[in-house]
Amino acid sequence: MSTETSHVAGEHPDLPPPSTEVGIIGWIRHNLFSSTTNIVITVLTIYFLYVIIPPMLNWIIFDAVFSADSRDDCRAIAKAAGHELGACWAFIGKRFEIFVYGFYPTEERWRVNISFILMLAALLPVLFDNVPNRKQALWFSLIAPFVIGWLLVGGMGLTPVPTDKFGGFMLTLTIGVTGIVGSLPIGIALALGRQSHMPALRMVCVAFIEFIRGVPLITLLFVASTMLNYFLPPGTTFDLLLRVLIMVTLFSSAYIAEVIRGGLQALPKGQIEAADSMGLKYWQSMRLIILPQALKISIPGIVNTFIGLYKDTTLVIIIGLFDPLGMGRASLADTKWQGLSTEIYVFVAIFFFVSCFSMARYSLFLEKKLHTGH
Amino acid sequence: MSSQPEAVPELKVSDELVIKIKDMHKWYGSFHVLKNVNLEVNRGERIVICGPSGSGKSTLIRCINRLEEHQQGDIIVENVELTNDLKNIDAIRREVGMCFQHFNLFPHLTVLENCALAPIWVKQVPRKEAEATAMKYLERVKIPEQADKFPGQLSGGQQQRVAIARSLCMNPKIMLFDEPTSALDPEMIKEVLDVMVELAKEGMTMLCVTHEMGFAKTVANRVIFMDEGQIIEENNPHEFFDNPQHERTKLFLSQILAH
Repeated sequence: MSTETSHVAGEHPDLPPPSTEVGIIGWIRHNLFSSTTNIVITVLTIYFLYVIIPPMLNWIIFDAVFSADSRDDCRAIAKAAGHELGACWAFIGKRFEIFVYGFYPTEERWRVNISFILMLAALLPVLFDNVPNRKQALWFSLIAPFVIGWLLVGGMGLTPVPTDKFGGFMLTLTIGVTGIVGSLPIGIALALGRQSHMPALRMVCVAFIEFIRGVPLITLLFVASTMLNYFLPPGTTFDLLLRVLIMVTLFSSAYIAEVIRGGLQALPKGQIEAADSMGLKYWQSMRLIILPQALKISIPGIVNTFIGLYKDTTLVIIIGLFDPLGMGRASLADTKWQGLSTEIYVFVAIFFFVSCFSMARYSLFLEKKLHTGH
Repeated sequence: MSSQPEAVPELKVSDELVIKIKDMHKWYGSFHVLKNVNLEVNRGERIVICGPSGSGKSTLIRCINRLEEHQQGDIIVENVELTNDLKNIDAIRREVGMCFQHFNLFPHLTVLENCALAPIWVKQVPRKEAEATAMKYLERVKIPEQADKFPGQLSGGQQQRVAIARSLCMNPKIMLFDEPTSALDPEMIKEVLDVMVELAKEGMTMLCVTHEMGFAKTVANRVIFMDEGQIIEENNPHEFFDNPQHERTKLFLSQILAH
């Protein structure tokens, strides 16, 4: 029998949910111990973490040596401290500059530093719309790439630095950021072109997209490094890094175009009809109505492509450019530090993880910000 | 029917011709959707177009603002002939407002931005002024308090009223309604019809594809019945409902008014 006091029909008050359903206890019950299977998985997971994490922390931090002059030195320091040798981070410390700047001349590295700061400053107003004076700031973002290019390459008052001296993280950032910034507008143009009513334009876009998607990036990079010399008139010098930048940008733009096309197709036809019926012109409808929605839908796919592009920059090693991974492998040849490949790969992995994870988080932030309840 | 709007007093219809459709044909591929349609609309007329689904009634009004292209015959709206000339199409679209079955509000913009968008970009009205006009029309459709919400946060009836306000912001001379209440819950149909009745009272020229026969009886001065791409019968609502001429019309009315 019900113990509840009776109510007049239609006048039942709103009651709070039972205490076992809310708060920390409710959450734990629901998510960790809701069924036998769930309990088993929870217990196994906790055991797995217990087995994995302490030794990992020992290797990375507690048993690690942070400053030493050689691997033997590392071992000696660990022995003196009375524990096994964990990671020998001293190696990374000694090599840190070359990881960051590559072979960029030591006395010119301030230019890389300023470029990095300029890049962050230029990205800020593009990524966040609550930056003060955003309009002026966006003008700065538009000019910044040229200033950065000048700073890095030199000339016009600065000592020229040949691009084959670029390396390490600055090379990754140069290729990655250029590719990302360049491929988004090209990708949008290709996606719109592929939907165009003009058959010639459509065919050019389709051919471009399908060709680029059908060829591995490595092949394109080889083409960039060797074949272009055959096609171009003899005597033309075409900077290797510039060729790589162009190839990476085009490669990624084909993928971006397809991701955005998916977003465009997901929009109901009524959106463009409503825009048409109000007299908006094609470019106005695209800019104000269609693209904001299509790009919003495409954010996960776009960022996914960008993360892929960023990691693919490591492929430049095969045409003789040294990104952090390449630098790491080259460093292994040093007899004083032999056998420390784990440290190098972990370090490079952390660098890539931090970059890519930031992109992923930004993508989530953007999705949340643009959510308008539809 | 679900609601019975109050009757609109006999409005005087001017003899100025605003829409003239002559011998118009349209095909979807090889399918002949509109067959030799002739229609003349004077300023101030309220025309209801009804008919079974697939009869071409939506296609007909969508031809008037070139959401669909006709292949033969002439359409002249506000003295501008509808051709492939984009200038003419733009001129006509500036004078003709449209409301859709599924509202087609822009989900990424607020209600106010939805309303102010076209005046700002098509008519180059300053933003402040466009927003003031938008608020005026939102008040007229009785939802000024929703101005800063996004369409996804409104009910269907509210969304359709926003869509009407959005069209009115362009100050159109003709309004096209493409089944404006068909996607609404019964409780919300009346609030949309009320707004449309208000519009009619103010003398707006309206072409309305709808199955709301109550609306047709009280608001329309002319009812058009279409079947298989042709106008079968047209008459004033009184005659149309009480004394339908064509067999097909009688069958349609008996089905639609059966319960």
